[in-house]
Amino acid sequence: MITENHRFPRLPYLLIAAGVLCLSVGSYFGLFVAPPEHYMGEVQRIMYVHVPTAWNALLALTFGFICAVVSLFKDDLKWDARMEAAIEVGVLLGFLLCCQGAIWAKPTWGVWWDWDPRLTTTAVLVAAFAGVLALRHFVDDPVKRATWSAVAAIIASADVPIVYYSVRWWNSLHQMQSSPATVSSQFYLPLRANAFGILFLMTGFIMLRARIASRRIATELAPPPAEFLGEMA
Amino acid sequence: MIAALRKELLLQWRTRAQAVAVFVFGATALLLFSFAIGPSAALRRYAGGFLWLGLLLSSTLTLSEAFHSEMENHALEGLLLLPVPAHVLYYGKALANTIQLVMLGIALVPVMVVLYDAGTTQLLTILLIIILGSAGISAPGTLYSAMTSQARAKQTLLPLLLFPLIVPVLLASVKATSLAILGDPMDEGRSWIFLLLAFNGIYWSLCGLLFDRVVED
Repeated sequence: MITENHRFPRLPYLLIAAGVLCLSVGSYFGLFVAPPEHYMGEVQRIMYVHVPTAWNALLALTFGFICAVVSLFKDDLKWDARMEAAIEVGVLLGFLLCCQGAIWAKPTWGVWWDWDPRLTTTAVLVAAFAGVLALRHFVDDPVKRATWSAVAAIIASADVPIVYYSVRWWNSLHQMQSSPATVSSQFYLPLRANAFGILFLMTGFIMLRARIASRRIATELAPPPAEFLGEMA
Repeated sequence: MIAALRKELLLQWRTRAQAVAVFVFGATALLLFSFAIGPSAALRRYAGGFLWLGLLLSSTLTLSEAFHSEMENHALEGLLLLPVPAHVLYYGKALANTIQLVMLGIALVPVMVVLYDAGTTQLLTILLIIILGSAGISAPGTLYSAMTSQARAKQTLLPLLLFPLIVPVLLASVKATSLAILGDPMDEGRSWIFLLLAFNGIYWSLCGLLFDRVVED
């Protein structure tokens, strides 16, 4: 069973527009107004997209996990559609996060990649959830697909803290997380603006993607057309 | 559950030719890994890592076949009609897979010792690591195998789902094995074994809970 109700059909477009606006303002301030950072110089400006991407990737995948749990206990496939949307957007953001991290790491640490807990966990997380998306492609029955991908998503989520701590014991180098208390106010505005910008964009994308997914599920669940049934009889 | 385990072990015994083939595959993999580094003393340093990679690659062969007989003639549906909860089947199969992997691991250790000059006296520690590591691979592996054996492209899908998940198992087993081979002055091996225990505790309970949902129709 799948219910479709679009109370606010235009909301995702508004969110995407707001996201683009916030990102433009944030990027302008980040690139031209905020002063360069004392130690890292101009390179540090990537933080204005990197950190918001990290926050939002985590948020999207957390939402995907919540949808997985709900879809396992509720009969409504709309949660399945939401999970697919959230995981897909989350994987995309996670992939971007790894790329941005590599771009930043080369001039700062001297290497593209480092086996640090947060980096490694992100990479493992992206691979694990990409596996869930692959599983969805290879299962044709929509009900089985919903259950199995929810199970796979829950198992993958349970792995995140274990991967994090095991890699932390293994190796560590990453910067400590920044919080508003450790960041000066000049760096603060572009960071906030971009964080909300990506949040709006992401929410808009997830809503649109969930609509596509739920329409596909609805077609899969629909009975075959009448003339086809007539042929079979 | 004993009956389920007995059934699995009997099946494995009757298809033991496959187990031999998997062992040959694992041993060949260990042989090939040594070409990546070439003949040098470094082989000994990486022996633990190679052993676990060999075991992991071989495990996808056994795990992807784990539900093969259940898929024939809808045998799984017949098993689910039995008056026992479905997770009993899961635990039986996961235990059988663990036993099979442990056997394989034990068989691969001499190959590792010979090829990589990785002799060690701590055989009991290595046995413990192999048991815990195999259990850690089998718990999620058996659950994923139940799903992927009914999907298309199962040979690709199982490793794709399983490998990212068992990164902690691989890390902990490799570290602990290497420490057992190379010596462990700081007594770090213990904490890696605790990590393996924790992973097993989490996944053996979680996967058992979720298995009922996977097979129900």
